[in-house]
Amino acid sequence: MNITVTINGEEHSHDVEPRISLAQYLRETLDLTGTHIGCDTSGCGACTVTVDGAAAKACTLLAVQVDGCEVTTIEGMAQNGQMHPIQEAFKENHGLQCGFCTPGMVMTAVDILKNNPNPSEEEIRHGLEGNFCRCTGYHNIVKSIQHAAEKING
Amino acid sequence: MIPAKFDYIKVGSVSEAINMLEKHGDEAKILAGGHSLIPAMKLRLSRPEMLIDISGISGMDTISEDDDEIVVGANCTHSAIASSELVNSQLNILAQTAKCIGDIQVRNRGTIGGSLAHADPASDYPATILACDAKIEVEGKSGKRTIDATDFFLGIFTTALTEDELITAIRFPKVVNGSYHKFFQSASRFAVVGVAAVKEGDSVKVGVTGVSGTPYRATAVENAYDGTSSAASHAVDDVDVMSDHFAGEEYRSHLAKVMVKKALEA
Ligand SMILES: Cc1cc2nc3c(=O)[nH]c(=O)nc-3n(C[C@H](O)[C@H](O)[C@H](O)COP(=O)(O)OP(=O)(O)OC[C@H]3O[C@@H](n4cnc5c(N)ncnc54)[C@H](O)[C@@H]3O)c2cc1C
Ligand code: FES
Ligand code: FES
Repeated sequence: MNITVTINGEEHSHDVEPRISLAQYLRETLDLTGTHIGCDTSGCGACTVTVDGAAAKACTLLAVQVDGCEVTTIEGMAQNGQMHPIQEAFKENHGLQCGFCTPGMVMTAVDILKNNPNPSEEEIRHGLEGNFCRCTGYHNIVKSIQHAAEKING
Repeated sequence: MIPAKFDYIKVGSVSEAINMLEKHGDEAKILAGGHSLIPAMKLRLSRPEMLIDISGISGMDTISEDDDEIVVGANCTHSAIASSELVNSQLNILAQTAKCIGDIQVRNRGTIGGSLAHADPASDYPATILACDAKIEVEGKSGKRTIDATDFFLGIFTTALTEDELITAIRFPKVVNGSYHKFFQSASRFAVVGVAAVKEGDSVKVGVTGVSGTPYRATAVENAYDGTSSAASHAVDDVDVMSDHFAGEEYRSHLAKVMVKKALEA
């Protein structure tokens, strides 16, 4: 089936098999390998992207379901070689160790901060319920998102 | 993990969906948010040959007021319900329920219609649908009908929907005094036990999910209710209590009483 999707601001059209997930489409057809696949069964959040601005697990969406939508992946966060404030905050607060979960964490943070520009620590922890990290113990991820909120709010 | 091959069609109207269901019979499945169906297809627990995507049907994702009722379209996502001003002000118990489903990503895609049709015994909405005496509006080849919440859930993953029917909306009375109480399964965040209570004057309506294969109205609690929480001891009277590796029968029965007590005290 032919789909047209705007990914990181650029329109892409491809013929895809209906059973191909958005995560596979991004990684294998478009070579956007920043979207990681951990569990592949909607548990870990590593594959999180935004679809029309809302965080979604790309392993549990078919590429055909996002026909006509706007998708942002981790590759679309930096603009003109400048990291997004959320990315900067992760770097400055040691919000990652191995980095496997990080693209999903950053894309979920986009949704958290969009709906709640000044989240409390507890609200951030609740917001990250669908994202697993096996390295950091979450502490610095929460700190990174708090710091990112400060940066964005100026 | 890749599902078995299937064809996909995105329909633009309820009648188109019903025609497709009729044409393809049990080889076809409705796709709404996909957050129960796609994981099941990846694990090959489900292998439909045709997916009928209903997410684009206009008018099925709206929430509206109809006199003293609130009508929630089947395609409303858990997020849309949780953040709806109308739901928060007139049917707060439903917003409370939607907010504790899964995580942000799941709430952004999963729908109330999909959750009810799927009828997972650990899902949250059934408790609230029952306690509110909501009505499920469905449409099929022989027309429209309305199913009372108490007649809708028939067993594990089993509902009163026929093969050619889809849920179009859920009709709720406005609720002033209602609350939902959930004991989370710590890994999946589904409900081990979920209890919804709606109080009206001297009476209460109590819906329970997670405890039995079929969610139920705790009528024994409702009959014994005296304004205190002592009726909670009747939470599992005449109920066939489930047992699994998260919670054995004895523990789950106890938990049901504790959660009903909380709901009655709220
Ligand atoms: C990680 C994770 C955590 C979750 N946690 C929870 C939780 O805590 N509590 C909870 O309650 N749920 C939870 N869920 C399930 C989630 O709420 C699903 O969104 C919901 O069960 C199904 O809705 P859907 O729109 O995704 O339906 P789909 O997956 O698209 O469909 C599910 C089933 O319903 C049928 N169907 C869909 N829409 C209709 C309709 N309008 N009429 C007739 N049939 C229809 C489909 O054919 C299919 O059989 C979780 C899911 C995931 C992946
Ligand atoms: S890879 Fe999608 S949630 Fe784990
Ligand atoms: S940094 Fe390694 S999984 Fe999170």
